[in-house]
Amino acid sequence: MFDILILSRIQFAANISFHILFPTITIALGWLLFYFKVRYDLSKHPVWMRAYRFWVKVFALTFALGVVSGITMSFQFGTNWPGFMETIGNIAGPLLAYEILTAFFLEATMLGIMLFGFRRVPSWVHTGATFLVAFGTTMSAFWIIVLNSWMQTPAGFELIDGVVHATDWFAIIFNPSFPYRFTHMLMASSLTVCFLVAGLSAYRIYRGDNKKAPRITLRTAIFSAALLAPMQVFVGDLHGLNTLEHQPQKVAAMEGLWETEKGAPLVLFGIPDKETKTNKFAIEIPKMTSFILTHDLDGEVKGINEFEGKHPPVAPVFYSFRVMVGIGFSMILVAWWCSYSLIRKKALAKTQLCILIGMTFIGWVATLAGWYVTEIGRQPYLVSGVLKTADAVTTIASDNVLFTFILYVTLYIVLLTVYVKTLFLLARKAIEVEEYDLAPPGIAATQSEKTGEHKVAATGDPTTRSVPLTQAKGV
Amino acid sequence: MDFMFSAQGLPIVFGVLISISILLYAILDGYDLGVGILLPMDNAEQRDVAISSIGPFWDANETWLVLAVGLLLVAFPAAHSAILKALYLPATLMLIGLILRGVAFDFRAKVKQTRKIVWDYTFKVGSYITAFMQGFMLGLYVMGLEYNVYSILFATFSGFCVVAAYSLIGSTWLIMKTTEEFQKRAIGWAKKAGVLSALGILTVSLINPLVNQSVLKIWTQLPWAYLYAAIPLLCFLMFILGYLVLSRLPLADDHGASLPFYMVVIVFICCFLGLSFSFYPYVVPGELTLFEAASAPESLRIILVGSLFVLPFIGGYTVISYYTFRGKAEKLRYY
Repeated sequence: MFDILILSRIQFAANISFHILFPTITIALGWLLFYFKVRYDLSKHPVWMRAYRFWVKVFALTFALGVVSGITMSFQFGTNWPGFMETIGNIAGPLLAYEILTAFFLEATMLGIMLFGFRRVPSWVHTGATFLVAFGTTMSAFWIIVLNSWMQTPAGFELIDGVVHATDWFAIIFNPSFPYRFTHMLMASSLTVCFLVAGLSAYRIYRGDNKKAPRITLRTAIFSAALLAPMQVFVGDLHGLNTLEHQPQKVAAMEGLWETEKGAPLVLFGIPDKETKTNKFAIEIPKMTSFILTHDLDGEVKGINEFEGKHPPVAPVFYSFRVMVGIGFSMILVAWWCSYSLIRKKALAKTQLCILIGMTFIGWVATLAGWYVTEIGRQPYLVSGVLKTADAVTTIASDNVLFTFILYVTLYIVLLTVYVKTLFLLARKAIEVEEYDLAPPGIAATQSEKTGEHKVAATGDPTTRSVPLTQAKGV
Repeated sequence: MDFMFSAQGLPIVFGVLISISILLYAILDGYDLGVGILLPMDNAEQRDVAISSIGPFWDANETWLVLAVGLLLVAFPAAHSAILKALYLPATLMLIGLILRGVAFDFRAKVKQTRKIVWDYTFKVGSYITAFMQGFMLGLYVMGLEYNVYSILFATFSGFCVVAAYSLIGSTWLIMKTTEEFQKRAIGWAKKAGVLSALGILTVSLINPLVNQSVLKIWTQLPWAYLYAAIPLLCFLMFILGYLVLSRLPLADDHGASLPFYMVVIVFICCFLGLSFSFYPYVVPGELTLFEAASAPESLRIILVGSLFVLPFIGGYTVISYYTFRGKAEKLRYY
């Protein structure tokens, strides 16, 4: 009925696109929670604990969705892409095994203590658990991006009878594209979280939340984004140059460059047409692509024509790339503009709050677009130069794959809707909570009783000095 | 040590590692799936207690499934592909069940109060689907991964058996973690689930050797038969003793409240050993042995070195987690 290759690809893309949304948040949010907890441990000011308590709920929900959607992946490698493990199992196997052993168990076990253990363990153990969860999520990203980068730029192996065998594990792990991709992904995760935190905090302020916590989280998120967004452009550029060296056909598709040219123009926008091998309605800046990629106005850039039968489909790579870059620059603009207002006027205007609310999940779009660039850009190969996607696909009846695909997609749409709604609901609930009413019995409450208003205010963060601690329960 | 790392030893070592992961998964996720299956829909307070009793653990429990499937994928890729392709639909349904209950667990605490009951039902139904599909897959595996009327009937029966077995271990977990009325209720559940599980295990143990000639041969071959006979004997001894213990619970000062749980763990170990011995050295019944399906030795060695180094740590912080949340379940609060 349907082509099994297309169906399997769409299903895998749907599953992994849904999955990546959640780790993208938990990787950086884990570190942000660790930061909140350390600030709390140092200052004992309850505002940091409030920030922690709100965002740990978001973390828990996101983590759960990441875990359950990730289990699906471990099944699909074998069921839908048996050729993948048959050919590169000797390399993918150990990498996946190390991910499970060094990351999954650590994060899953420590998560229990992080979420529910605050009153059961000493504060430093709880801070340690938060650290280990953040560390675990990052380790997990490390291993999976090692594998992905190796599929893009394989190294340290030999082919014996069509099966890949490892020869140099250091070369495999630190393969040519790994450092760039890993940094680019970590920063993508950070920016996604910055805009998520800024968006939900702005939403609370917009709805009339006058408490300290949303203002502090908003500042943290905006200032971090203002620093990180331009750095991400720089890292992305380095990543692009690395791609040019190892996968020039991908860059040609990204740039929409059909023929090899000296002094190639930068196509700002256009509609790539694979029949005529041209871009319709193209808006171009002359010689700019040559300048960006070769640092020479008349440098030669290879076009799609050089890679007959070995290049990716141009249009999806071309559009995704523009979506990613466009969002990246809009992030810089918004983050700088809001930072300016926060520094000069100490507050944001309603328009700015609305823009931030609108951009709450913008990081997801950019991250997905970036992944589409790199993953579709690798086609028709599954492992560059080693294994074609078409040669790895399953023999399962396409009706079965179609049936499960419909099941998954329906479920994912429902879950995604509920997830987004629940985050905003959590934010609305947080508005009604009294400031610091959750001061934990025995620890923070007695602490503030002992130290009293003045001392906490004096040792606390400067931004919190105006908070009357008499609002805290038990004081 | 040399044998462990040799080309002949590695498949056995990994076979054992996968078996241990599956066993740990069945015990650990078994009790939290069981709690989900038993979730009392007529009592909101008991539902909160039940769910808080598994709150800090369920995530790590499910990781054992990822490890088992992951190790199968990396150590025996051909078997992973053959088994899961044959089980494609039930495996997908199981995954849907796992997704539903995993998210329901978190959503129920965060959505509007009026919606909470919807997610509680989702949690219960998701747990049912997951447990049933795992049993169904086990049944098909025992029947040689073939689809015909008999194998599907048997697989369906096996699905109900696993639901009963998980309910049993779930109810004994609740006996250990709860007090008063709820504990008494859990004792009642444990008795019923115990009888059903015992009947189920008995039936499967009789059918399995009748269907698979090779299994019959293994279990009747002297002198091993004497040793193997100890497994079902111990298993059914636990059922009888367990029923006697349950009839006397609850005792003053909560004595013996954790005893039934450990007895069920022994039952699970017996069943698992029984199944493993029946199929060794096959990883795909009747088709593919461990040795034929194994990955290249040099890759397995790399994984084994890492496993030997990391597994003690995993054991260590699992112990820390269970120690931290020891004792009776209390209302969970996020911090």
